[in-house]
Amino acid sequence: MYAWLFRRLPGPLWVRILVALVLLAAVVAVLFAWVFPAIAPFMPFNDGLVGAPEPGGAPDPATA
Amino acid sequence: MSPSHRRPPARRGAAAIGVLGELLLTLGALLLLFLVWQLWWTDVIADREQSGIVDGLEQEWGAVDAERIAPRQEGPPPVPEIPGENMVWGTMHVPTFDREEFPLAEGVSLEEVLNVKGAGHYPETALPGQVGNFSVAGHRNTYGRVFEDIARLESGDAVVVETSEAFYVYEVTESLVVQPDQIEVIAPTPGEPGVEPTERMMTLTACHPMYSARERYIVHAEFAYWTDRDDGIPEALATGAGSSDAGGEEG
Repeated sequence: MYAWLFRRLPGPLWVRILVALVLLAAVVAVLFAWVFPAIAPFMPFNDGLVGAPEPGGAPDPATA
Repeated sequence: MSPSHRRPPARRGAAAIGVLGELLLTLGALLLLFLVWQLWWTDVIADREQSGIVDGLEQEWGAVDAERIAPRQEGPPPVPEIPGENMVWGTMHVPTFDREEFPLAEGVSLEEVLNVKGAGHYPETALPGQVGNFSVAGHRNTYGRVFEDIARLESGDAVVVETSEAFYVYEVTESLVVQPDQIEVIAPTPGEPGVEPTERMMTLTACHPMYSARERYIVHAEFAYWTDRDDGIPEALATGAGSSDAGGEEG
């Protein structure tokens, strides 16, 4: 799959390596900036509150 | 280069397995990347944000004369003004922590406060210096982990809140581990919901154990004294007056 993608890239070898690296960096940037922050609230280890609602659940008026 | 001829069935099966293998490797790489993001990158971002906030407050409020030890004030402490939900209105100093100073904002929203700004004040609890239970939440891991060292706090250690006007100095009375639903720890009289408060208390809440949210680590502290911000820093923040030697010399 990745080999196929790599073969489809244009240009000589060094250009293809460069393009592949740029694509990889772009994917990581998108993950760090948007995807992971969106997923994190659903992870079970991100909450230090007492009486707080589950992330994504209904707010609990008794928080305080 | 490209072998675009039709492959015999056996080769196609091998190719399918190859793709599956690559997908699994990708999944593994994604999980690793998520860990890197959660355990490292959130700290990088939050640290940057928090030091920006602390610098901004210092500019807004003017620098404190760190050479001078402010005298303890008699009488009731001033009640800070709260600017509004999710807004930063103070900072915290805990000499026992490695982190010198971090912002304190109104509210305990993960997205708006705790993940980005630092510690958060439980909105319906007392304010610093007030009779009642001034309660503050913070992350123990990730997102700047302002309460990372919370388990180091011992009886008598200072927890200091700074506002534009004053320093409020609290001294730790006890630490405990509770279940997440035990909200009585932030009741006006800690541990006794419904009881009219008589003391000026403070409570810190954080995750427990580390890298988990199964339980909560709770630290209670009681008000010791306050100082005027214009007079310099409180004794509790004087360098060398850490927890080790000058612990709790008086009540």
